[in-house]
Amino acid sequence: MSTTKPTDAPRQIPLGLARRGYCGVIHRLAADGTGSALSAMELESRLIELGFVEGARVEVLHEGIVGRDPIAVRIENVTVAVRRREAMAVIVV
Amino acid sequence: MHLALVGTPNSGKTSLFNALTGSRQKVANYPGVTVERKEGFFVTPRGRQVSVVDLPGTYSLRGRSPDEEITRDFVLGRAKGESLPDLVLCVADSTNLRLTIRLLLELKKTGRPLMLVLNMFDIAQRRGVTVDVTQLSDLLGIPVVTSIAVRKGGTSDLLQRTDEIGAQEPVGTQQNLWQPLSIAELRATQREADRIIAATVSLPAKPDTWTARIDAVVLHPVAGIIILGLVLFVMFQAVFAWAQPLMELLSHAFGALGQSMHDTLPAGLLQSFVQNGVISGVGSVIVFLPQIVIIFLFILLLEDFGYMARAAFLMDRIMGGAGLHGRAFIPLLSSFACAIPGIMATRVIDNRRDRLTTILIAPLMTCSARIPVYTLIISAFIPAEQLWGWVDLRGLVMFGLYAAGITSALCVSFLIKFFMLRDYAPAPFMLELPDYKLPRARSIAIGIYTRAKMFLQRAGTTIFAMMVLIWFLASFPAPPAEVQDPAINYSLAAVIGEALVPLFAPLGFNWQIVVALIPGMAAREVAVAALGTVYAIEGGKEAADQIGQVLATKWSLATALSLLAWYIFAPQCASTLAVIRRETGSSKWMALTFGYMLMLAYAASLVTYSVAVALGAG
Repeated sequence: MSTTKPTDAPRQIPLGLARRGYCGVIHRLAADGTGSALSAMELESRLIELGFVEGARVEVLHEGIVGRDPIAVRIENVTVAVRRREAMAVIVV
Repeated sequence: MHLALVGTPNSGKTSLFNALTGSRQKVANYPGVTVERKEGFFVTPRGRQVSVVDLPGTYSLRGRSPDEEITRDFVLGRAKGESLPDLVLCVADSTNLRLTIRLLLELKKTGRPLMLVLNMFDIAQRRGVTVDVTQLSDLLGIPVVTSIAVRKGGTSDLLQRTDEIGAQEPVGTQQNLWQPLSIAELRATQREADRIIAATVSLPAKPDTWTARIDAVVLHPVAGIIILGLVLFVMFQAVFAWAQPLMELLSHAFGALGQSMHDTLPAGLLQSFVQNGVISGVGSVIVFLPQIVIIFLFILLLEDFGYMARAAFLMDRIMGGAGLHGRAFIPLLSSFACAIPGIMATRVIDNRRDRLTTILIAPLMTCSARIPVYTLIISAFIPAEQLWGWVDLRGLVMFGLYAAGITSALCVSFLIKFFMLRDYAPAPFMLELPDYKLPRARSIAIGIYTRAKMFLQRAGTTIFAMMVLIWFLASFPAPPAEVQDPAINYSLAAVIGEALVPLFAPLGFNWQIVVALIPGMAAREVAVAALGTVYAIEGGKEAADQIGQVLATKWSLATALSLLAWYIFAPQCASTLAVIRRETGSSKWMALTFGYMLMLAYAASLVTYSVAVALGAG
């Protein structure tokens, strides 16, 4: 169901690795193996409830002080703070 | 007619609730759980009596925390002892409809009559957001009204529609078709919400520029921390400096009242009871009302402005180093006012380990009940000097006491993480950062009024009862007729105090302090009143008015510092301990809190006293 061409694949990164100023679109959620304390299902549910769904535009607005963590992400019209560990579940292009 | 307010956090639900009901609010707990239940009352333009319940904010009906379970159960009619709401008002921040519309689609499945309230509509318009209200209502299949909760008459549309809905015949009970959503369904509802919004709402190209500008500074890694530090510093200077004139006024008023009672009543037991027991006792606690109002003013202002979530963002990793969750920042900051609302606010933390840790250290935050004790001792023993021309020395000592509380809380949290709750993995930090909003005077005023009322009620009941007890212990039995020394030396209070003094002597405490610490179990600030009563009965009426000066002549500096150190940790607050038991569901955690705080208090006082004596302050 992905609309991106295979040649675009290298541009896919987890949001958890994005730096301040990054702009992109959510490609898919991959909640498995992020090391979050939540189960993959719970993490995915919460991300969706905060508006992280495929096709949503995201921008990394701010980074925390220690280890640039957490990050403040603008998703469409909402700003949400998440830790990078959880943001690893969001694959953006 | 029964209404329920449902919405995501930050949707302006509480300001709408305040706008609808004003001060006609009743705050209680839901039976069996400790979630706060806020109910208010109002009358519609057509004279319909309406009760409205403000439900905890939630993004979905999944119910992953006790708060969210309440919201779900209430809407589904499963909540014990609650009737089904006749109308559910889904409150949305008009500038930010995405998450609310998704929640609304889930709510529709419950079959309850629904109405969408587009709150903060003025802000949306100012930013160039346009909403096709008619079409939105058609697509959702429910009535939609706009409201500006903070403006006079801003809810008239809402009231009118409520009247119309109330006048209709109930259209037969609709079936509840709601079931917990699978991930695919969740995703589908968010897609549908996005589709509806795309068809009815046009958003401006640029987000709120003010929020972006403020955040550029406030969330800056360096400037942000400096600002956070400054905010806290100003807050504590204000608590000490601004409140002073008002407190002196109150103190003089109670002194005058006591004196006039003394002059009116015949000398004897009744005179002593009214002047020393009632007026000087209760008065010495009420004097601290200005400080409590100021600290709540700051907390409410920061919360309404939207700064609290930013503070959590800034503190998340710093607190994470000590084993705390970023969300714990808000409960801990509330604990500066009082540990009880703070501990209750830990419900926003859904991981048990994080929540327990926060509950255990919340009482170490310097609550407003300690302020009376600190203020009394500081003004008696610390000179009112200015350092470097602008820093008030007394304010600085106060700041130091707060800092000591915070530091020890972080250390304790680290130890808990290390030794006790190792098996829990850290919980995620996911928090919406709402757009900044100008706090509204009315909403703040209602908030302060509710807290001040609670404080005065406590002064009128618990503290009053304790004062009567202290007065009794300090006055009976009467001394033999011919003795010269103060009557209190023959009283029950002296007997109890002297029995315990050997335990506390290494800390430099005399029996008067020990006697005052006992009723302090009911509420920390009672210790001040108790000292007032003990010394008033011992030293006569002048002592009650000038308790600070009396202490300065009776205690050494080392004793004073030792008592300050004791109060950084002081475990005595029966209501806090009771709340901990209720919130954790076990006496084990309550006993642990009491035990570790008592140990810390004893150790801190012992060290402080010994060092001070060694330095010649004994």
